[in-house]
Amino acid sequence: MIWIDTIIQGILLGGLYALFAAGLSLVFGIMRLVNLAHGDLIILGAYIILISVTVLGLNPFFAILIAAPLMFALGWALQKLVLNRTLGEDILPPLLVTFGLSVVIQNGLLEGFSADSQRISAGALETASISVGPISMGVLPLLTFGSAILVIVVLNHIFYRTAIGRAFRATSDDAVTASLMGIKPERVFATATGLAMVVAAIAALYLGVRANFDPSIGPARLIYAFEAVIIGGLGSLWGTLLGGVIIGVAQTVGAAINPEWQILAGHVAFLVVLLIRPRGLFPRGN
Amino acid sequence: MATAYSVTLRTPASTATLIAAAVLIVALFAAPAYASRGMIQDLFFILTMLTLAQYWNLLAGYGGLVSVGQQAFVGIGAYALYGAVILGGADPILSILLGGVAALLLAIPTAFFAFRLQGAYFAIGTWVIAEIARLSVAQWRGVGGGTGTSLPRDALRELAFVDGIRALFDVRASAARDILSYWLALTLAVITIAGVYWLLRTKRGLALAAVRDNTEAAKSVGVDASRMKWVVFLTSAFGTGLAGGLIYLQKARISPDAAFSVTDWTAYVIFIVVIGGIGTIEGPILGVLVFFVLQSLLADYGSWYLMVLGLIGISVMLFAPRGLWGLISERTGLQLFPIRRRLVGGSNTKREV
Repeated sequence: MIWIDTIIQGILLGGLYALFAAGLSLVFGIMRLVNLAHGDLIILGAYIILISVTVLGLNPFFAILIAAPLMFALGWALQKLVLNRTLGEDILPPLLVTFGLSVVIQNGLLEGFSADSQRISAGALETASISVGPISMGVLPLLTFGSAILVIVVLNHIFYRTAIGRAFRATSDDAVTASLMGIKPERVFATATGLAMVVAAIAALYLGVRANFDPSIGPARLIYAFEAVIIGGLGSLWGTLLGGVIIGVAQTVGAAINPEWQILAGHVAFLVVLLIRPRGLFPRGN
Repeated sequence: MATAYSVTLRTPASTATLIAAAVLIVALFAAPAYASRGMIQDLFFILTMLTLAQYWNLLAGYGGLVSVGQQAFVGIGAYALYGAVILGGADPILSILLGGVAALLLAIPTAFFAFRLQGAYFAIGTWVIAEIARLSVAQWRGVGGGTGTSLPRDALRELAFVDGIRALFDVRASAARDILSYWLALTLAVITIAGVYWLLRTKRGLALAAVRDNTEAAKSVGVDASRMKWVVFLTSAFGTGLAGGLIYLQKARISPDAAFSVTDWTAYVIFIVVIGGIGTIEGPILGVLVFFVLQSLLADYGSWYLMVLGLIGISVMLFAPRGLWGLISERTGLQLFPIRRRLVGGSNTKREV
């Protein structure tokens, strides 16, 4: 029984990892840009929500209404002013610039908020649970998982059913031809990164409510997100969710055997998948 | 009128550099005779960071392999040394070599996994493996597990050559150990730079540059691109492991979080190479000096220092992607370590090939 419980916890945790990863997957899919600062941007989002909650006294789920537009604007400006300049054949500039950004954000947060652990308070919701037969599940993890599914459905809808999604796909396939059709790739890229930051803000909410965070934990979230993206296969958002679930289950099962093995088990699961399926579980054909 | 053409790498500047380097190396080896202990420690830091930077530059700048996981090799090199000394009673200085071998052994499976990933995913793949190494070493109770351990006093006391150095410079044992570490660091840095320079001047170096500039074109003229990647990756790992062992021999205290720190052993190194000029031997040398000056100026400001470093790194990458050395050599045409083959002779023509 304890094992079923552990695995369910792992699956629900996977929802959180999929939220970390969805923005990353989106940006990579559209402009082949890997943002090494993604984890730190999520943590930045968590601090924005924390401030909204503590200073304005908002419920965290309303605070997202403040954080999401802010993060969108930040992502938009970042892409437009900095990251667009790095795009091109050479993979070094985007990697090194986003790595530098990661260091800057991390230490900026450290200077602004100190290294103390913080947590976003969500009141009774934090401990609420529902029971299905003998199994009890936290409301918050369920909500996280539901949000992950909703985010993926919405992103897929935007991607395949809207005008901006068509622009995303066109620019992704061939930016030059797309620009002949009146699309401005720089703007499309900026919008995509803005959207990714909105997803990051949602991820930040659940990250901050679920557990303590401090300025230094961004890179670890980035790694989980990457593992989820690579396991799932590049370009598949549902694959990313499955990747998140695999990492989540590996971590909770690892932790159940020995608490020190939690993170290690997740990484090992990633390596095993990579060994068996080098292109991930659902690679987009090319 | 037709005089013979010949292909050469040498320039007047490179000959001058060779002579200046020889003088500098002699002066640096003699440094313990005239420098304070603090200065020796600073030089040790500069030389070990320079070594790490040269190996990362070999990987990223020449091999096109952007690794964010070099801390794996620093950490494993250091822990191999501690393991051998604490558990096996081995000689600490010889154990530095063991650190290099351990890093080499770790690099083989690492490359096997990471080479399946392209570009940015390669970067993250190496990072994941470094995390796995850190978490695994933290389980190793024999060397202190997660909290770490110190080198045993006996091993430090019986360190080879220390008595001789004490007698030579009339210093205390701890200062003599610093001098020994410094000499080893200087030797490693000199061998590294000379070795990288030699590698780049050989046929292999030419193949490497070809693979970096255009993998497909290089393959079409018979360059084995994947073999070059292996050569570069394993060489860097070995050298980084040696540096890791040496750094922690000098520190005499280790913990997994410090030895596998992505900030200390990869972020700093990346900034050194990027600021100095990626893809050149001169770049990391210039970069490490800039890095040291910045650190001396800003060290008291803690996280501000890292922010400034990050911002400088971003600006250089955006506005001067070839770094400070790139700016200098563009203006002056200066190349201290030329690796381009030039056609000379004939009717006084000089052409770069």
